[in-house]
Amino acid sequence: MSAVAVRSGRTGGRRSSPMSWRWSDRLALAAAWLAGLSLCLIAAAIVLYMGYRGIQYLRPGMIFERPQASADQAGSGGFLDPLLGTIVVSAVGIAIALPLAVASAVWITEYGHGGRLSRALARVVESSIEIVAGTPDIVIAIFGLAVFQLPLLAPLSFQAEGGGVFGRSFIAAGAMMSLLALPPLYAATRDGLQAVPAHMREAAFALGKTRITTVRRVLMPSVRSNIATGTTLGISRIVGSTAIVLILLGSTLRIETQGAVPVVNLLRGTGSSLTTYVYENSPAGEGAAPEKAYAAAFVLLVLVLALNVVIERLGRGRRDVISSVI
Amino acid sequence: MLERLKRPWPDHRAERALGAVSLLLGVVIVAMIAFVAVRSWPIFQHNGLRWLGGGGDFEAEIARMNAATAHPTAADYQLRAWPLLYGTLLSTAIAVALGIAIAVLASVFIVELAPRRLSRVVIPVVRLLASVPSVIYGLIGILVLVPFVGNHLVSEGDRRSVLGVVQLTGAGLAPTVAILTVMITPIMIALVCEALEAVPPSWKEGAVALGLNPLRAVRAVTLKAIRPAIVAAAVLATARALGEAVMIQMVSGGKTFAPNLDHGVPVFLFEPLRTLASAILDFREGIGSPSLKAAVYSFSLLLLLSAFVLSVGGYLVKLPLRRHQARA
Repeated sequence: MSAVAVRSGRTGGRRSSPMSWRWSDRLALAAAWLAGLSLCLIAAAIVLYMGYRGIQYLRPGMIFERPQASADQAGSGGFLDPLLGTIVVSAVGIAIALPLAVASAVWITEYGHGGRLSRALARVVESSIEIVAGTPDIVIAIFGLAVFQLPLLAPLSFQAEGGGVFGRSFIAAGAMMSLLALPPLYAATRDGLQAVPAHMREAAFALGKTRITTVRRVLMPSVRSNIATGTTLGISRIVGSTAIVLILLGSTLRIETQGAVPVVNLLRGTGSSLTTYVYENSPAGEGAAPEKAYAAAFVLLVLVLALNVVIERLGRGRRDVISSVI
Repeated sequence: MLERLKRPWPDHRAERALGAVSLLLGVVIVAMIAFVAVRSWPIFQHNGLRWLGGGGDFEAEIARMNAATAHPTAADYQLRAWPLLYGTLLSTAIAVALGIAIAVLASVFIVELAPRRLSRVVIPVVRLLASVPSVIYGLIGILVLVPFVGNHLVSEGDRRSVLGVVQLTGAGLAPTVAILTVMITPIMIALVCEALEAVPPSWKEGAVALGLNPLRAVRAVTLKAIRPAIVAAAVLATARALGEAVMIQMVSGGKTFAPNLDHGVPVFLFEPLRTLASAILDFREGIGSPSLKAAVYSFSLLLLLSAFVLSVGGYLVKLPLRRHQARA
């Protein structure tokens, strides 16, 4: 052992060539390179394969056609409704998550250091968000089903002829999706607020501004890009979630409205999203139309990649790019 | 009235309003545990904690629950869910073990070994792998990986050896674990990379100056310093793997079967399994039956509690890391 150590010591430092290392080190070096490069290979394989299948099966018209019930893949139409469903669910989810996340981030960073009570409550809120972040989406979906099947909340979801409450609607799915979007949104806002230098707050206080005015006029404008990053991260999590849509939106491929009031009937209605469209058309679902599944999965992947690029653009210059994957 | 709202709020009122909104989240967590626990109560009432054990015929119990009327008898609540627990623990344990090894190697590659230009490519690649939706992983699994395993890896001899016990179609443990590993590795890489970057470079330089080659210095100094981060990453990845439902439901074969090591190693890897999360998805349509509903909620409760425990555990293992960073 000492001979090898001395040898690598003599040649050590910058110039140390792997050829002079002991074999176990060389093996570890090779393994590290292999791990890094195989991740790239897997990612490239996924993107290229999905791209190949997408180009093979996707017709531009599919994006604007409604799905049809048909046993034949050629006759089953496009995926306009699932695409709209994805957009509606994301909009509802972000509309709920954004104010909640921003309010709690502001409260915790700007007010949470007051008395002992508010510090304790701040800890409660922080750990709740951590627990929400760790809860599997299937459990969130099942919880949503329990909540929205309450007779009290029946008006918010789709109802059968006899008045049975299914607990399924865009509102139900969107509300539970907001729990998925909340942790990244909260983390992004909090990190932004913590990065604002203290002298900006002190300058505002010196001018006689209250805390809340400082938040609105000084802090909010300076963390706008953080909130945008968080929102995009939240959207990409919502767009990719299958379980919540499967359980809380049902599996009707077409959007079915409920009631007569224009926007409300859509929100109370059921439908599907791109993820459930892929799921239902794969051999795991009922459709067994793999061509349609590939085409929709390609669109989904492009959507997620586009959101990724947006996140990267927004977060450029910030150091924490890699840690923002979770 | 509206005028009053438009005027800037006094500070104490704003503080209370923001605090109330934030505390809603705590309420949601409590409600989540309460709802799921209440709905799963009948299972505990009729089985005690024995439903976590083995000894029953799971498929038959589920069929009986499905057939039960709106007023199920005590026998309709009979449940022994050990095969699900076993499937969950097995797939999670293998995937996390593989994932740790790959994540540590890849993180060392990204932070310490790769030329700057290459690591600038690998980081977005890791983020891409983390953001591919699980249904796309599932689709590739069910349309590419499962047929490949079924047609090329499972031999006739393998099939014959478990004839009459279980059918080997290709869907099973091997594709599940392979895809699960790819799904959870990026999360671990993110955490491990972050920790690697936070280690002061002078520590490693000191080791190199003492005569260690750069890789050995990383192993002896840097990786030792970030051990808590590796554990935290494993905890987080475990949480993610436990809760993965859609992908596993698509590629695991959808049969309640406990892969059996006695059948020999290649066969073991090809045997189907079912996890707690994928069972929730499988039985989602049967939720109209009260007893099956209670069963589905009890699976959720188990997942929820383990998520809870894991997030507390993740916090605890990260404590020494924080102290160490404060010192550094």
